[in-house]
Amino acid sequence: MEKAGIPVAQVTAMTAVAKAVGSNRIVRGQGIVNLLGDSDLPPEEEREIRKRIVRKALEALATDPARSDP
Amino acid sequence: MRVVHYLNQFFGGVGGEEQAGLPPEIRPGTVGPGRLLEQALGDGSHVVTTIICGDNYAAENVQEVTAMVTQQVKEAQAELLVAGPCFQAGRYGTAAGAVCAAVQDNLGIPAITAMSGENPGVDLYRESIYIVDSGDDVSRMRGVLAETARLGNKLVGQGVIGRPADEGYFSQGKLRSEFVENTAARRLTGMLLSKMRGEAFEAEVPIKSIDAVPAPPPVPDMSRATVAIVTDGGLVPKGNPDRIPRAFAQVWGAYPIEDIESLRAGEYEVAHGGYDNRPVEQDPHRLVPVDVLRQMERDGLVGKLHPEFLSTTGNSNPLENSRRMGREMAARLIEAGVDSVILTST
Repeated sequence: MEKAGIPVAQVTAMTAVAKAVGSNRIVRGQGIVNLLGDSDLPPEEEREIRKRIVRKALEALATDPARSDP
Repeated sequence: MRVVHYLNQFFGGVGGEEQAGLPPEIRPGTVGPGRLLEQALGDGSHVVTTIICGDNYAAENVQEVTAMVTQQVKEAQAELLVAGPCFQAGRYGTAAGAVCAAVQDNLGIPAITAMSGENPGVDLYRESIYIVDSGDDVSRMRGVLAETARLGNKLVGQGVIGRPADEGYFSQGKLRSEFVENTAARRLTGMLLSKMRGEAFEAEVPIKSIDAVPAPPPVPDMSRATVAIVTDGGLVPKGNPDRIPRAFAQVWGAYPIEDIESLRAGEYEVAHGGYDNRPVEQDPHRLVPVDVLRQMERDGLVGKLHPEFLSTTGNSNPLENSRRMGREMAARLIEAGVDSVILTST
């Protein structure tokens, strides 16, 4: 998708793998099975986690990776 | 020889995906494939300790697990660490690579693992450790353990390690000087002739298989941009209309979310055999965050959420497949005027 010119923010708990395959905008997710949440938390707190990660992804999309520290 | 063996929850006989969160457990002696490993290593070799750790726990707590394995290898006064074989299991391979590299770096004790060429652990660790090419067929366990033991014995005995192709491990990218019969011009001409005849030949300078894609420029103004959600975590509508398989997927799907405020549990399922699907099936937003993006759309943080999400299964997938599906997805997104993508990867 990046080859086609679309900026991609990849949310993953396995950031090392994302780096190794050359992903340019990597955002750390919460965990493998709970990538954007946490099934042990009450829904409101879980939603906050999701908001924080998605906001980070949006920031990454608006940032030049060459100029920022991942 | 004293050996420590690292296994995941599956090969350690503890359980499947439902046990993937298991913290490391220490067992004396062999477990599961450890018995065959011990036989393959030969007389006088013993697996003194087996460490079993859940795939998710290892992936999420890499430092803790590598420190713990290092400590165990030290306490066991082991001369070799063997991890796996991991075959196609990505989290397992990544963890095996990490523990081998840590033990080798911190203790100076040789470590060896085995996995298939498509395992992400190979690209991460092939340069620092010996990784035997296991292929992806788990029924080859006995043969793979024999190859691992043979090379492991060599590492401990500090014997001369031959070339990757001869010894069966993944190239570490090292160059070694050696005398050859022919000049470069003759060798090159020979390769060219072989290529023209359609015969096999081995390049002396291997080409890296992953090509670097430069980062597309940032989105100038997210509040006016269309953002699409793409996932390789396998979320599909109930009934899996495109029949996306749980591994080796060759197809992907596009599923409408126009005017949908939030994804309802029970209307979706997960077609992915590589992780415990229950949390996502209980609440699909844990993978495809429609709820918060809808809110952000209303709050003006993003211009528009693209009216469909794209989904496939990133499990044991050959790179060629993934590249093709990426191209197809990109074509669809560009045609629809999408400016940016949030890709959620399990």
